[in-house]
Amino acid sequence: MEQLIQQVINGISLGSIYALIALGYTMVYGIIKLINFAHCDVYMIGAYVGYFCMTTFHIGFIPSVLIAMVVCTLLGIAIEKIAYKPLRNATRIAVLITAIGVSLFLEYGTMFFVKATSRSYPEMTGIMTKSFNFGNIVISMKQIIILVITVVLMILLQVIVKKTKIGKAMRAVSMDRDAAELMGINVDTTISFTFALGSALAGAAGVLVGVYYNSINPLMGVLPGLKAFVAAVFGGIGLIPGAMIGGYFIGVVEVFVSGYGGSLYRDAVVFGILILILIVKPTGLLGKNTREKV
Amino acid sequence: MKNILKMQSVRKLIFLALTFAIIQLLIITNIIDAYFQNTLANICINIILAVSLNLITGFTGQFSLGHAGFMSIGAYTCAIITLRMPTILGFFLGVLAGAVLAALVGFIVGLPTLRLRGDYLAIATLGMAEIIRIIFINLKITNGAAGLQNIPRFVNWTWLFIFTVGTVLLINNFLKSSHGRACIAIREDEIAADAMGINTTKYKVTAFVIGAFCAGIAGALYASYFYFLKPNIFDFLKSVNVLVIVVLGGLGSISGSIFAAILLEIISTFLQSFSELRMVIYALLLVIIMIFRPQGLMGSKEVSFSVFSKLGGNFKSGKSKLEQRFKSKKGRV
Repeated sequence: MEQLIQQVINGISLGSIYALIALGYTMVYGIIKLINFAHCDVYMIGAYVGYFCMTTFHIGFIPSVLIAMVVCTLLGIAIEKIAYKPLRNATRIAVLITAIGVSLFLEYGTMFFVKATSRSYPEMTGIMTKSFNFGNIVISMKQIIILVITVVLMILLQVIVKKTKIGKAMRAVSMDRDAAELMGINVDTTISFTFALGSALAGAAGVLVGVYYNSINPLMGVLPGLKAFVAAVFGGIGLIPGAMIGGYFIGVVEVFVSGYGGSLYRDAVVFGILILILIVKPTGLLGKNTREKV
Repeated sequence: MKNILKMQSVRKLIFLALTFAIIQLLIITNIIDAYFQNTLANICINIILAVSLNLITGFTGQFSLGHAGFMSIGAYTCAIITLRMPTILGFFLGVLAGAVLAALVGFIVGLPTLRLRGDYLAIATLGMAEIIRIIFINLKITNGAAGLQNIPRFVNWTWLFIFTVGTVLLINNFLKSSHGRACIAIREDEIAADAMGINTTKYKVTAFVIGAFCAGIAGALYASYFYFLKPNIFDFLKSVNVLVIVVLGGLGSISGSIFAAILLEIISTFLQSFSELRMVIYALLLVIIMIFRPQGLMGSKEVSFSVFSKLGGNFKSGKSKLEQRFKSKKGRV
């Protein structure tokens, strides 16, 4: 029983990170129907920005997270403007291949500058090293901080999407781009804003993962990126609550599989879930079926 | 009419025989040394992979990101069989078993997932390839992450040439049959094709299975030529590599795929010493092509021998006119 609770706690920490990344995927997919393969590399860049902030410039943890978010926001906007905007009216496959191209460019470009070896995050000091014991259950301060930051960011995101004017525009564009444009919404700005939001969350996730797992490398984004995408599909792609639920679900499942002896197969299980959900209910847990129109 | 077709096939035969003989001569005289023979092998394997992926993605319009998975099945099957049976018969058995097994997996995976559209299919096939890779990492018979070594080498230029030409002919003839036309119709408009009475699921699965079969052959050749396998060769990047060739050559153009496979392999041979930069250049190439020429180098056009005869003032056969009408529209997913 105690082991079970411990696994759930570990799963929630991992799930928080997946959820943060999945939100970026789901928002971008919702608005321009693109699987933004480059998103997982924005997360990787976030981790590196956090790393350099903490080691080279000796900045504290929270400011590092904020700086990483700002840098990733700018990167996300730049990617959208340079690579995706010229393809607004191109075929879906063309945009998807561009996304793969941007992703490879970021990965190997980073590798070119910082080399392929993994780097370890600096040891945390002070309050970050604490942990709480309840019987045999251990909750580390890092896990609490990850959860708190994730929840705060998610609430912030919900406020932006539900309460602000630009959030309203985002929802309108994702429902019907042409109609939104006719209503006087600046679609380009809205799409850029969506990329900015998603990238900021990915940047935060990058720093959190660096602090939690202590090791980063230029290809660290690939697998978590795919899994976060699985999470987004699981919850129903295009839906923000779906990405959150999916992220936590995938995180808990992964920790459970490795906790109970199947660590070699944990990635296979996640992809198995993906194929299963695509076959059984391609619209995801919260998705609604839409009729196919000619 | 028949005479012209015959003339064309004679020309094709002469062209193929010449290509084979010239390269064979260059190998014998050692102008193409061992290093460039690897390039040659890579080119042939990539041509098989690209043409078979083009059948799935370019002609049938089903976006697959799992070609490396099928390739790995062919490679491992052939390697395991030839390691136990190191004769030329064992090699043939290996290639055949590898291709059939890859086709079988393609069928099992394709049947449920091909109901999905576009992006979802891409992600499902990607997941499938990852699962296959993880299974190979964990199996005993494949020697896990360390991989298999000292696989007997039976593949030489002759076999590479025969298998490559065979695959290209197989897919080319499939596309010219009524089945191939059905596949192209599905690409153009799936709903309309369905309404016209084409069994869309059947043809999509057929194309997928043929593609997987050929990828299995490519994998088997790879295993036998490079006598070393490990699961990480067949990762996401490998699938992307094949996709890059197909897209660069043009979705829906067999000759485009062949040219692009040759071009990219030559580029990457010369960039071999800077591996990171090579990937950066690859990536930039991909983005730039998509922005400025999304239909690829060849679009959906083919270089064929009728082009030469047209230049010579001859007339076009009625069949190729029809073919051009079919291919004039852009490939869509």
